[in-house]
Amino acid sequence: MKLLPCSAAKTSSPAVQSNVEDELEMATVRHRPEALELLEAQSKFTKKELQILYRGFKNECPSGVVNEETFKEIYSQFFPQGDSTTYAHFLFNAFDTDHNGAVSFEDFIKGLSILLRGTVQEKLNWAFNLYDINKDGYITKEEMLDIMKAIYDMMGKCTYPVLKEDAPRQHVETFFQKMDKNKDGVVTIDEFIESCQKDENIMRSMQLFENVI
Amino acid sequence: MAAGVAAWLPFARAAAIGWMPVANCPMPLAPADKSKRQDELIVLNVSGRRFQTWRTTLERYPDTLLGSTEKEFFFNEDTKEYFFDRDPEVFRCVLNFYRTGKLHYPRYECISAYDDELAFYGILPEIIGDCCYEEYKDRKRENAERLMDDNDSENNQESMPSLSFRQTMWRAFENPHTSTLALVFYYVTGFFIAVSVITNVVETVPCGTVPGSKELPCGERYSVAFFCLDTACVMIFTVEYLLRLFAAPSRYRFIRSVMSIIDVVAIMPYYIGLVMTNNEDVSGAFVTLRVFRVFRIFKFSRHSQGLRILGYTLKSCASELGFLLFSLTMAIIIFATVMFYAEKGSSASKFTSIPASFWYTIVTMTTLGYGDMVPKTIAGKIFGSICSLSGVLVIALPVPVIVSNFSRIYHQNQRADKRRAQKKARLARIRVAKTGSSNAYLHSKRNGLLTEALELMGTPEEEHMGKTTSLIESQHHHLLHCLEKTTGLSYLVDDPLLSVRTSTIKNHEFIDEQMFEQNCMESSMQNYPSTRSPSLSSHPGLTTTCCSRRSKKTTHLPNSNLPATRLRSMQELSTIHIQGSEQPSLTTRPLPTTSNESQGIQGKTKVKCHK
Repeated sequence: MKLLPCSAAKTSSPAVQSNVEDELEMATVRHRPEALELLEAQSKFTKKELQILYRGFKNECPSGVVNEETFKEIYSQFFPQGDSTTYAHFLFNAFDTDHNGAVSFEDFIKGLSILLRGTVQEKLNWAFNLYDINKDGYITKEEMLDIMKAIYDMMGKCTYPVLKEDAPRQHVETFFQKMDKNKDGVVTIDEFIESCQKDENIMRSMQLFENVI
Repeated sequence: MAAGVAAWLPFARAAAIGWMPVANCPMPLAPADKSKRQDELIVLNVSGRRFQTWRTTLERYPDTLLGSTEKEFFFNEDTKEYFFDRDPEVFRCVLNFYRTGKLHYPRYECISAYDDELAFYGILPEIIGDCCYEEYKDRKRENAERLMDDNDSENNQESMPSLSFRQTMWRAFENPHTSTLALVFYYVTGFFIAVSVITNVVETVPCGTVPGSKELPCGERYSVAFFCLDTACVMIFTVEYLLRLFAAPSRYRFIRSVMSIIDVVAIMPYYIGLVMTNNEDVSGAFVTLRVFRVFRIFKFSRHSQGLRILGYTLKSCASELGFLLFSLTMAIIIFATVMFYAEKGSSASKFTSIPASFWYTIVTMTTLGYGDMVPKTIAGKIFGSICSLSGVLVIALPVPVIVSNFSRIYHQNQRADKRRAQKKARLARIRVAKTGSSNAYLHSKRNGLLTEALELMGTPEEEHMGKTTSLIESQHHHLLHCLEKTTGLSYLVDDPLLSVRTSTIKNHEFIDEQMFEQNCMESSMQNYPSTRSPSLSSHPGLTTTCCSRRSKKTTHLPNSNLPATRLRSMQELSTIHIQGSEQPSLTTRPLPTTSNESQGIQGKTKVKCHK
């Protein structure tokens, strides 16, 4: 640490900076992201990709942060036939890693970096984090049911075949049969990753969105 | 999709990874981003003024000129820019629309020039933001009215032989200036209305005395003359009414209109009088009926625009007038009560009851002061003065307020009604445009799979059906498709044929993956009818190993007593496969129509396919 005072200073200053920025956020709801080089180092995107992402982000949220309402609105535009507010809520919590009620550009990039450029392990980790609503390290059947209902809600009412009442529950049962190895009623991160790695479909679909940016 | 939201599509697609571990069947392939070029700046030269923007900004709205390939027609090779020979001022607004997603209408701009520019660039005016929409609509309406007036005056000059006799008559009645005959008719009726009204008035004037009896009103002295005059007027009015009734385009509506009711009321008393005998008992009622003759004066409203406007204004400010009346009534009752009890003590007081005091209160509050009822006690005088002072306030104050309210509420109501009427239509149009992407998805689902099937089969039989979707749209559709896969449901379409086909598609896709997953032994299962059928899912990679052979023979299903339409046979085939393979916990209902047959011929087809 002594040999590299500069890097130490560098690593500490973003933290300080973000604390100050958090306070500023609360006061003026205006947020400027880190420098481009810093973000490039932290994420797996190139400069150009970060530029494109930021332009889109800033266009929709000139203040620099997304709150949950805006998030839900944006997400629901993609699924006009169903109700995507619940799922958007879970998604928001997954992106808002520091749980301050707003997704800044850094949070956004962090999440996207994992989803688009991360290893399969990291992606599965992120998915687990999404399903684990209370972030206690276990996915219970209730949590999974909430997630499943939220996903089915996005489809809306006009589907073929018509959505049955217990379809989410059945889906949850299938999921637990597949994932819960020791049948203790909860899925831990290791069980999850292990089961997913065994399933070829899941492995393949994880690679699906590589070329999104 | 809105401008900024398109920029979030990558995020929504990335977040779809959250569905992957939950899904039970594989996801469709993502649409390939064939145009893998970097986002570049393009230069738009509009009459010499250069605008620059990103290419992706313009591509947010692929159904406009700038967002589609239509702009390539304006590409100038020498200068490597897009040249448009149009107004640069309006172009600024158009380009801002792409940037911000909101279209504004600049107030200094002429409405028809603006409309022309929007039409050129392929932008719907309905998308104008709420901040500028009202202004736009107002100007447009004024313009339309001006055009209509111009048209009318043009029409009035030329003759229109194409109208039927009835229509010409109606036009003559409504617009007296259309022809000389109409003008003559207009003045004649006006004259006779005036004559009739004056007759009614003069009838009651006392007109000299007959020696030996009291003064008679003129009506009784020259009763024959007045009767003839009255008859003539009523004759004219009746003829006019019948002619209007004949010429009216919608007789029922005409009968219900206010003017026709006035007409009827004006001439009824005469006919009733004719019918009734000069009986003493009913003559009283008959005299009362004569009062209705004064309604003839309202017939003037056809001749006077101002009267009509006044009537309409009163009607529209009825609530304000009602409030004035109500507050006045309250004040009258209060003061009448007070005056009655104050004057109760005095002798020979005219304030015999509270309703009797009403008259005093009204006369005092309106500052008329007839003097027929005056308070005598001191308390009465005090309250009487308070009453007259408050009368000034109660009446004089609201009147200007009401007058100004008239114009304000009148205009406001008009604008609110306009906005409400427009809002529904506007929102409907915008909703159609917005959900155009999702609906287009349902159609392109069929078309996209068809085109892919055709590509796979290598048949150049037909060209790509449907519109070419932009990259953003195809990515959005892919996202929706992934959701369908995750939940095992599919979006329902209105078209029953389409829904059957899409369900068939779904079953087929599902089946293909099932076959692949479970056993790749049954290789040549897929004997599909050749044309137009989405024979395979969009997973060429999955099925190359096991479903490489694709025969173009149509399957002949034994025991099939269904009409040999390919669609139904495919439906059967899919049901067979569903019954045949293991059913995971997806909520696919087996198609009820063919389930019975499928059980029977299941074994047979399996054997058949192995050949």
